Amino acid sequence: MKRPGAPFRILSPTAILGYGFPEDSFRRGLRRRPHLIGVDAGSTDPGPYYLGSGTSFTDREGVKRDLRLMLRAGVRAGIPVVIGSAGGAGAAPHLAWCRAIVREIAREERLAFRLGVVATDVPRATVLAALRGGRVRALPCVPALTEEAVRASTHIVAQVGLEPVQAALRRGCDVVLCGRCYDPAVFAALPVLRGHDPALALHLGKILECAAIAATPGSGADCVLGTLRGDAFELETLNPARRFTRLSTAAHTLYEKSDPTRLPGPGGLLNLEACVFRELRGGRVEVRGSRFEPDPEGWLKIEGARPAGFRCVSIAGIRDPILVRRIDATLEAVRAAVEPGRPGRLWFHVYGRDGVMRDAEPERGPPGREVGLVIEAVAPTQAQADSLCSLARSTLLHYGYPGRISTAGNLAFPFSPSDLRAGPVYAFSIYHLVRPGARPFAFPVRVETLRGDR
Amino acid sequence: MTNRPTRAARPPAIPLTRLARVIRSKNAGPFELTLDVLFKTGRGFRLARESGVFTRRRIARLYRVRPGDVLGLLWFEPARAVKVTLRRRIPSGAPGDSDIYGAQQHAPLLALTVPEGAGTTAKSAEKGRARPTP
Repeated sequence: MKRPGAPFRILSPTAILGYGFPEDSFRRGLRRRPHLIGVDAGSTDPGPYYLGSGTSFTDREGVKRDLRLMLRAGVRAGIPVVIGSAGGAGAAPHLAWCRAIVREIAREERLAFRLGVVATDVPRATVLAALRGGRVRALPCVPALTEEAVRASTHIVAQVGLEPVQAALRRGCDVVLCGRCYDPAVFAALPVLRGHDPALALHLGKILECAAIAATPGSGADCVLGTLRGDAFELETLNPARRFTRLSTAAHTLYEKSDPTRLPGPGGLLNLEACVFRELRGGRVEVRGSRFEPDPEGWLKIEGARPAGFRCVSIAGIRDPILVRRIDATLEAVRAAVEPGRPGRLWFHVYGRDGVMRDAEPERGPPGREVGLVIEAVAPTQAQADSLCSLARSTLLHYGYPGRISTAGNLAFPFSPSDLRAGPVYAFSIYHLVRPGARPFAFPVRVETLRGDR
Repeated sequence: MTNRPTRAARPPAIPLTRLARVIRSKNAGPFELTLDVLFKTGRGFRLARESGVFTRRRIARLYRVRPGDVLGLLWFEPARAVKVTLRRRIPSGAPGDSDIYGAQQHAPLLALTVPEGAGTTAKSAEKGRARPTP
């Protein structure tokens, strides 16, 4: 369908809020008079700890610096700013953390605006009801959800789509801070509200959420501009050192996805099978042919993490060639000496042998000149983890392996203390699809007016 | 150069690292690992696709997993790429994991070679005349 509508320009400053961007690129983007500034602030990539513990994987100073530039420019020029997956994982504590930063900036910069805060937490009772009602589906490779896992999860969030962000925009919010959000929806919510094609808007959002990663040379810390017009969208970089090419844009659709042409998300499936990428002058690329297949059942992805004990680690190097050759037998002997009968489990990460790939390591030959060893103990309490790690470390330090000629100690510790308390451990407990029952899921928007006084 | 063994019995093989400009691994969500090979040229892409080097069985052997744990193997012409998705042995960040982002699991692919095909060259393969190499 041809939509003649006026062009809609979107400025994406950075791939993750807090990763930074050059101010020159950002200013060039502002000169193009964008209709929206959007940024994705989260990911599950850093692992379950951040969702589980309610902390951010990004640095507060970095987030504040990026947000200051975006809010100052957006509020002063009347350009809406949308932030998705606030605080990294998007649960209530992450949202509160990011909201505090926004309010701090508003005070410091004397910015007056309407702030919409969209909570995307899902109560345990809601998930349990869905589970009992047969409205939960596991994603590939994920174990079936149990009531026990739901109860054990510290935070459960839904990855929301366009509607909750649009609800905030409809209420006149200048800045929208959303909890866990489908990355493309951050960029697509407003243009779709203004009548642009959801397929093109979401596909553009899918590229913009990574900022300049889809350009060449790629970067997650540089700004790009996307323009929706009628039946196509256009991408351009805002740094003369980079450009979009047909190949760089097409290649990006592969990134972090299991299928490059069929991208399921909240609201439906983005189908890129018929996409055509065309290079334009000036390092720009035009894309058309993206399709959207709506999901009438309204499945949403929910994410949760649960406590998995406490961790203590000890880091050491081994340089003795006799021990390096006997490393497997020695570590297993140490495990056999300390693990049985004690709460918790030990892992030995043997860098220089298979510390990175473990069982998948194809080269099974003896390690090289030296190996790096991380002793990891995980146990139900911190004290138990500390004890297990300490015992494994001291046993290994003085273990008399066969052929030993270095009898004063087997390990080179870089640090004192040698054992580092790593605190609580979390594991992903929920990574499932859930469908609403008789009533739709509620993602309340709280609107607050910031008056720009100190 | 003097004692170079002759390999007359085998068709010449091109290292994958010469055909590809990107070979990478990354999480596709916390429970899956996805491997991407982006080829430099359309010719290299087609040569690799027709060579039969990328099969579920071969990737499973390479990564020491069951063939059923290779969840997908897709060729994507617009990006001149092949994508392989594996089940993660341990979900990202669970105790015992060794690569939270899954960003360093690409190394086994670096050792792959793509046979040019007996009696065919890369150029003729591009024109679609190459048979899949056993």
